[in-house]
Amino acid sequence: MNWFKKLLPSRIKTNGAGRRTIPEGVWTKCDECNAVLYRAELERNIEVCPKCSHHARIHARARLDHFLDPEPRLEIGAAIKPVDILKFRDSKKYKDRLGQAQKKTGENDALIVIMGKVKGMPLVACAFEFEFMGGSMGSVVGERFVRAADSAIEKNIPLVCFAASGGARMQEALFSLMQMAKTSSALATLRSKGIPYISVLTDPTMGGVSASLATLGDINIAEPNALIGFAGSRVIEQTVRETLPDGFQRSEFLLEHGAIDMIVDRREMRDRISSLLSIMMHQPAPI
Amino acid sequence: MNFLEFEQPIAELEAKIEELRYVGNDKEININEEISRLQKRSRELTESIFSSLSAWQISQVARHPQRPYTKDYIDRIFTDFNELHGDRNFSDDPAIICGIARFDNKPVAVIGHQKGRDTKERIYRNYGMPKPEGYRKALRIMSFAERFGLPLLTFIDTPGAYPGIGAEERGQSEAIAKNLMVMSDLKIPIISTVIGEGGSGGALAIGLCDRLLMLEYSIYSVISPEGCASILWKSADKAEEAAEAMGITSTRLKDLKLVDEIIPEPLGGAHRDVKAMTENIRTALALELKALSGCGIDEIVLRRKEKMRNYGCFRED
Repeated sequence: MNWFKKLLPSRIKTNGAGRRTIPEGVWTKCDECNAVLYRAELERNIEVCPKCSHHARIHARARLDHFLDPEPRLEIGAAIKPVDILKFRDSKKYKDRLGQAQKKTGENDALIVIMGKVKGMPLVACAFEFEFMGGSMGSVVGERFVRAADSAIEKNIPLVCFAASGGARMQEALFSLMQMAKTSSALATLRSKGIPYISVLTDPTMGGVSASLATLGDINIAEPNALIGFAGSRVIEQTVRETLPDGFQRSEFLLEHGAIDMIVDRREMRDRISSLLSIMMHQPAPI
Repeated sequence: MNFLEFEQPIAELEAKIEELRYVGNDKEININEEISRLQKRSRELTESIFSSLSAWQISQVARHPQRPYTKDYIDRIFTDFNELHGDRNFSDDPAIICGIARFDNKPVAVIGHQKGRDTKERIYRNYGMPKPEGYRKALRIMSFAERFGLPLLTFIDTPGAYPGIGAEERGQSEAIAKNLMVMSDLKIPIISTVIGEGGSGGALAIGLCDRLLMLEYSIYSVISPEGCASILWKSADKAEEAAEAMGITSTRLKDLKLVDEIIPEPLGGAHRDVKAMTENIRTALALELKALSGCGIDEIVLRRKEKMRNYGCFRED
């Protein structure tokens, strides 16, 4: 401890909140440029730093709240809840991990689906809650995603998904792997009906989610500087035994290599997606 | 014969038998009786050891260096096998073998992961870890098979999709995802057989099917036991526990209704008797193909979609 810290009374000590977490205080600091920001202002700015445009992670519900019109909104699949069929236990029981994640996020699992409108255009939107076990895809995520696709088909309206996930949920073992097949199969049906699907890849979108529903959009959009890929950088480094290039697996890298259609600033997402969908759906340009 | 650590008691017995044979040739004492007594004991010992293998031990059998690979089965099960190469965009990936052939004289398409036997071939086959061009070659053959109405038989044996810089640059994720999307609606019967390691998305990318079969001592999992252990237990040394917890064996997955049929292996594993193993696979595939040939293709696809839809365990209240 340096001499200055010793002089500080204990109640003034700075809060050592970890990087990437979303703090609850009145003031907060941008992870990227360290600018001190007014919490309420940052929220108004959809968790994008007004100084450097860094896109911080955002909760699924806040994401959908900013994306959708205030009315109407109908949540889909909220009653679907996880079960621990394998009685999986690592250093902790899966059941306990679920309980903790539910308490921490107030959600039952890692995907939220809401049917609503964007600039008056009806659609089904879903978003991954990364704070819920790293947004990992297990049976509930898979089922809710398929119900989202079902609703889009039933109403003949587009589907939009905001992905933020570390990949498959290991605690559900092969059940989680099969969610890749399940969600991709649902998207094949959606595609055969000619219904648009826009996938938005946000920080981070990796593994089994990236290798299924997230890269299957008719249009794939990424937020700036999001980490997107199949294998984790640590695994790749161990395999190829060299340091990875700067910007590897970032949105700009994906755009350069042809994996995504465009990078869109979160603050312009609503405008851009409604514009794209209106063209795809042969509707007048949204205002 | 290579023996695994848990097979050491069998290895000792077999060494003893070899020794006696050598002695037998040398002298004129009749020790055949002793040899057959020891052989019987070795068989019993193998039966007893293999009747209660742990998930981790089964993983080792599934990865046994002498275990038959896709090409070994292709050569024995099919006639007129014609390998087809290349994804038409970037390159050919030797970690996946594709082709057309005859099975019981009927035309079929074949896709399988391929591992290498010796160091040189292992490197050539990239240890059975495909790159995006491998999955795209497979995708090309799937559409080809659909166009010409060839039932598709796939053989799964990979540690996983290759985690490399080039693979990421060329869109590993999209290559896998695209295959899943296309396979789910492919208008031909698809039968997949896990013959060794079913490693994660890299396995599933040629494994979405109407009927999923597993060899008795093969494994299928969302992540390797080592990978799971290093993430959840923070130590790759806990692979044994991870293997158990994930339920990666054929019997466990059959109980969970994730796998349709188990193909029995010869005593001591497929590598002990490749011919017998081949026969078992051939019999199983013939049965499955026959059952599927009784249905119209629209019904098969409908049922496949239903099968995908039903994957998962959750409650609703």
